[in-house]
Amino acid sequence: MSIEIQGINKFFDKFQALHDINLTIPDGQLTALLGPSGSGKTTLLRIIAGLETPEEGRIRFSGRDVTDLHVRDRRVGFVFQHYALFRHMTVAENVAFGLNVLPRKERPGKPEIRKRVKDLLEMVQLEHLAGRYPAQLSGGQKQRIALARAMAMRPEILLLDEPFGALDAKVRKDLRRWLRSLHDELHFTSVFVTHDQEEALELSDQVVVMSNGRIEQVDTPLELYGRPDSRFVFEFLGQVNVLSGKIRDGVMSQGDAWIRLPEGCENDDAQLYLRPHEVRLTQSASDQAHLPFRIEAINLIGAEVRIELKPDGWECDELWEVGISHTEFNARQPQRGDRCFAVPDVGHLFCEHSPEPKTLEWR
Amino acid sequence: MAARKHRRVGDSPLVRRTLIGLAVALTVLLLFMPLVLIFVQAFAEGWAGYVSNILNEYTLHAIGLTLVVALLTVPLNMVFGVFLAWLVTRFRFPGRKLLTTLIDIPFAVSPVVAGLLFLLLYGSNGWVGQWLGEYDIQLMFSWPGIVMVTVFVTCPFVARELIPLMQQQGREEEEAGVVLGASGWQLFRRVTLPNIRWALLYGVILTNARAVGEFGAVSVVSGNIRGETNTLPLQVELLYQDYNTVGAFAASSLLAGIALITLVVKAIVEWRQSRN
Repeated sequence: MSIEIQGINKFFDKFQALHDINLTIPDGQLTALLGPSGSGKTTLLRIIAGLETPEEGRIRFSGRDVTDLHVRDRRVGFVFQHYALFRHMTVAENVAFGLNVLPRKERPGKPEIRKRVKDLLEMVQLEHLAGRYPAQLSGGQKQRIALARAMAMRPEILLLDEPFGALDAKVRKDLRRWLRSLHDELHFTSVFVTHDQEEALELSDQVVVMSNGRIEQVDTPLELYGRPDSRFVFEFLGQVNVLSGKIRDGVMSQGDAWIRLPEGCENDDAQLYLRPHEVRLTQSASDQAHLPFRIEAINLIGAEVRIELKPDGWECDELWEVGISHTEFNARQPQRGDRCFAVPDVGHLFCEHSPEPKTLEWR
Repeated sequence: MAARKHRRVGDSPLVRRTLIGLAVALTVLLLFMPLVLIFVQAFAEGWAGYVSNILNEYTLHAIGLTLVVALLTVPLNMVFGVFLAWLVTRFRFPGRKLLTTLIDIPFAVSPVVAGLLFLLLYGSNGWVGQWLGEYDIQLMFSWPGIVMVTVFVTCPFVARELIPLMQQQGREEEEAGVVLGASGWQLFRRVTLPNIRWALLYGVILTNARAVGEFGAVSVVSGNIRGETNTLPLQVELLYQDYNTVGAFAASSLLAGIALITLVVKAIVEWRQSRN
């Protein structure tokens, strides 16, 4: 079931939480609403569920207008950030709740309900906990029970609010993989809210980046990471190195730093954004770029060695960060305080006088 | 063995014994002795005297009236308290904070003043009272007036117990319930009520204790008509003024008995509450 969101405006008193949101969430896909806190992502999710009412705009499920439909009649599955399990009910009673409150005509018989609950608990691999109370469960177990409870009504739309927010790193990773495989198996339309860019990029088919109540960009994870539309998206999706300077006759410069740009760059004030993996480190400057640095810190933990660099003879707001392989690190043995040069392979140029960023390649 | 050199401040045996002794002495003198004395006085004429005092026509009537007042007040304030707590904790509306403050008026105002206010408003010369008088309805100096002031005096107990708890529990569980398709009533019965039941019971116990024991406000609006508008606390006062000390204490022993039962039930409920 696809979800079409059209012209949504939402106010809390005088504060506008959402500005004219237009979005289509395709059938059967896993979509992430990604943004910093206060960006309106949870509000949008709650509007889709019907827990909040927008001042303007329509919500349609596969073309059917549900804007004025009450939450209880929308039949969506919703997983709350803090699980919201019924604390006085056992796990089995929690999962059975949706079935037990059905009108008598539609309600399955007791044995049928018991069987459905057993199947659902098997699906989340927690059938041995059926008799426990929520207070006796770990965070990851609560999360899976909350999911089983939401799935009990066989919803075609599953909405998850910060589903892994309150879990520790290891459990989070397991649950993420498990949710992905569950989604691939059952093919419902899912939307989940997160502020963790890694989670959004890893898990979803489509990412909606939001900030200040507006949609910044909607794209596949690959496109989003490779071609961000705006400085905000660029900075929000992982580490970024920035050179601010002036472009004169195809050369961008600031202080001692300069880069020869490829053909076709107008004279302007501009910022060049580079991902850590789009930059190489060399001992001497090339004829294409002169970006002198001093090594500020070396971090050996992880698949790559991360090197923090302080500009030498020019300025930037935050330190640059470049990743090199452990093999390269062992061969060169760079030390703290060494002087080195950065050479960009790919970069993204944001000019003051043109709205669209430009992707540059030097190879 | 190395002796412990550092004691906590005020942890010397002398200080400890003095404080414990003082607390015990005050408890015995101010709380326990008076309670025991009530029963000693009540049985001053023996068991038969006690029974005949209780079976006094007017005392029996006072017991009945007190029970009627409690039976009407407690359910009314239970429903009102749940409704108010639900309203204040589950909805946002202008004046919400003001309403939360207004709930406490009966606690802040002296019961006698409350009684006088009701007399002013609903008495035969009062604004509402005059209008009701035209329809031959008399509220003051009769049982409806007593119920009204008792409701007023005891109305914050349930709401006061529920509001902090419901605020702390939040509305997520109820939202989860609605998303799963529960109707308003199903939500209340299956989700909200089980979560607040012990706090609600606690509030009801306090309401009942106060409804049975209220003196000030009731004394203003009752008119003290023997065998008609006298509740048990008022009957105690009347008997005492008649120099019937033993009768007064026999009636008091009933109130004290209710208080003791209340304490036991309250302790059980508190124990259950802490277990959940």
